[in-house]
Amino acid sequence: MALIEIDNLSVTFTAQGRQVRAVQNVSLNVNAQESFGLVGESGSGKSTILRAICGLAPISGGSIRINGKAIATPRGKAFSRQVQMVFQDPYASLHPRHTIDRTLSEPLAIHGLPGTDQRITKALTDVGLPTNFRFRYPHQLSGGQRQRVAIARALMLEPEILLLDEPTSALDASVQAETLNLLSRLRAERGLTFLMVSHDLAVIDHMCDRILVMQHGRAVEELSRDALAHAEMKTDYARSLFAASADRMLEG
Amino acid sequence: MSTLITWLRDPNPASRLQSKLGQSYLSWLRLRRNPLAMIGLTISLALVLMAVFAPLLAPHDPIAQELSRRLLPPGTAGNWLGTDDFGRDILSRIIFGSRITLYIVLLVILTAPVVGLIIGTIAGYFGGWTDEILMRITDIFLAFPKLILALALVAVLGPGMENAVLAIALTSWPPYARVARAETLTVRNSDYIAAVKLQGAGAARVIWGHVMPMCLPSVIIRVTLDMAGVILTAAGLGFLGLGVQPPLPEWGLMISAGRKFLFEQWWVATMPGLAIFIVSLGFNLLGDGLRDVLDPRSTSK
Amino acid sequence: MTLLSVKNLRVTFDTEAGLVEAVRGVSFSLGRERLGIVGESGSGKTMTGRSVLRLIRPPGKITADQMEFDGIDLMRASEKQMRALRGPRIAMVMQDPKYSLNPVMKVGAQLMEGLRQRDRVSKAEARSKAIAALEAVQIRDPERVLEAYPHELSGGMGQRVMIAMMLIPNPDLLIADEPTSALDVTVQAEVLSILDNLVKTRGMGLIFISHDLRLVARFCDRVLVMYKGRVVEELAAKDLLHAKHPYTQGLLNCLPRIGGSRDPLPSLDRNAAWAN
Repeated sequence: MALIEIDNLSVTFTAQGRQVRAVQNVSLNVNAQESFGLVGESGSGKSTILRAICGLAPISGGSIRINGKAIATPRGKAFSRQVQMVFQDPYASLHPRHTIDRTLSEPLAIHGLPGTDQRITKALTDVGLPTNFRFRYPHQLSGGQRQRVAIARALMLEPEILLLDEPTSALDASVQAETLNLLSRLRAERGLTFLMVSHDLAVIDHMCDRILVMQHGRAVEELSRDALAHAEMKTDYARSLFAASADRMLEG
Repeated sequence: MSTLITWLRDPNPASRLQSKLGQSYLSWLRLRRNPLAMIGLTISLALVLMAVFAPLLAPHDPIAQELSRRLLPPGTAGNWLGTDDFGRDILSRIIFGSRITLYIVLLVILTAPVVGLIIGTIAGYFGGWTDEILMRITDIFLAFPKLILALALVAVLGPGMENAVLAIALTSWPPYARVARAETLTVRNSDYIAAVKLQGAGAARVIWGHVMPMCLPSVIIRVTLDMAGVILTAAGLGFLGLGVQPPLPEWGLMISAGRKFLFEQWWVATMPGLAIFIVSLGFNLLGDGLRDVLDPRSTSK
Repeated sequence: MTLLSVKNLRVTFDTEAGLVEAVRGVSFSLGRERLGIVGESGSGKTMTGRSVLRLIRPPGKITADQMEFDGIDLMRASEKQMRALRGPRIAMVMQDPKYSLNPVMKVGAQLMEGLRQRDRVSKAEARSKAIAALEAVQIRDPERVLEAYPHELSGGMGQRVMIAMMLIPNPDLLIADEPTSALDVTVQAEVLSILDNLVKTRGMGLIFISHDLRLVARFCDRVLVMYKGRVVEELAAKDLLHAKHPYTQGLLNCLPRIGGSRDPLPSLDRNAAWAN
């Protein structure tokens, strides 16, 4: 049985009387300790799927099950200990007026967990930040350091599933490499399950075992890592996405 | 001193307190670069000091009447700003009047913005029906001219300083609610709010700990800019005889009393008028300077 | 022939935390060629581009031993002279068309505004020129786009409109600051080839500012690699794979590749000495 089962999911936003169908009948399964990638261009609905899982987008059809159980609405505290999310823009996902200490201790306070000091120190060390950063404000950190804090925050409650919404697209290439390495290491160490969204096929390929290509809110094609490496895609859209991405590789 | 500054500027503070103070120190440095704001700050501080040390600073008793020395012009020895129609020293009355002004301002600051902030953030955060109801109430209050509403309230409650404060507070919270709501609407959908919701935080925690700190700067700026208005409304109520009662030396009341002699003895009304003008200007300059320092949009870079 | 020559350019910001140098002694010269400026965020690449147009807001300050464009001393030019240069002679395309187009004005009106006011052409002529400009950036239905508001255009379309707008006065130098970073990959390639074509056929100088080394290498003749406000390496684009500086090499190697190995990506060990 898969850990995350998404069945015929549809998300519809109502804006000014108009209905926008952001996701239409998408199904996917993610096994425990697997890393699953959603790839597509802007407006493909890939991020909306993650937001729908978290209860941040309105589900208009279909179902989401985690561990075989339909997820509760509102999501509740049990859900937050199981699933956490890392957002795209580290400049927008940390509270600008809270210190790192406050940001990391908040989940502990919400769930009444003991040992705040040791947990924060450990969390900072785990994501490769010096512990004397603890009382800094986000604007005193670089983009990569902020994203490390966001990852540390997501892991404070020791969830088994991590939703990654373009975690490196706002970062410089070298910082992206460091962040991806950190995520891979944490997944290996803790046996995490990743559901990762990106517009960058190369990043998804580096991180994920299976990939779902999306376009205009619909699933286009599911690919294994091998199929991607050998350019064995069946649909035209997936092929053009692959071509555009491979185009950027400067082969020596 | 230099060790204190190094401590404040330490890039790796060792406690929440140190990091908070360090940030305040940086804001202070930013404020200090704005000369107009510093003038405003000086005026505001002078007002506070004047109020605290009024008995030491004032040359005369502000209430003691001396009818032989009535309506003396400014520059008279012993009464540098002249005397009023009861022979009371105007300088002393202005100095003691700063206590009343400050008292009113402080009471209004402690009530109206707090109420406005709570109503505005709740309306903005929940949206829907809550928002509709709270904001329509706000609109009703906003629809009345401030002074008229204050007048009506004082007429019901009876004249007096406490009632004047209550009337001003009740009429000045709606703009804060509006500001706080607008700010909440921009903050509500941000990723950091989504993140804390995802950690299982309830609405009260999100509003109190995460939304309000973001609304606070705009509200503080608005408060400093409104202080002049509060002083003027208080003076207006005093002028109409509905606020502070004689013989207390309230500035608006003093203007009202001097009105009768405005052409012959201009100083009786002009001196307290100047005091109101200077203090209002001071608060406005300070508010403008704080806008540059506290505005989250300018500090995010 | 040298179109632009910059010697020892510095941009300093006087902040409450002390002086911050965003650009520290950058020198380069440019003919009618395509020059790429590459660097990560905070490297000063954008500031370098903006300095050429003297578009640095206070408290930022520009100093340079020399900054000359086609015989005009940009350091000495009056604000009026600079205004006459910006647009007609030196144009700039920014990262996100969302922020560069006026949201409450129709695209057509924005395109024609400059023509009508600066060149005093008739309305009909301005319109035909605007349509020609849109066709030059391969917009298929220019009539419809002229009547659209910016929010009705997709990102790629908006960026093409921006490019069209910048190219109407036929500038001698185009500064493109991350012109495709906000666009989808499939659109990126199109916009870049349009830009490339226009620059080639019109014989313009191009300064292409980007964080993406590979992208720049494909579109430029020469590349400046910037790190912390300094140029650490200058090289011909075709020699990029033989870059000597460890920073340039690091930038090249740290991107994942499709079908590449799953080993940790090579990380860039920043050496403090590079900044000196």
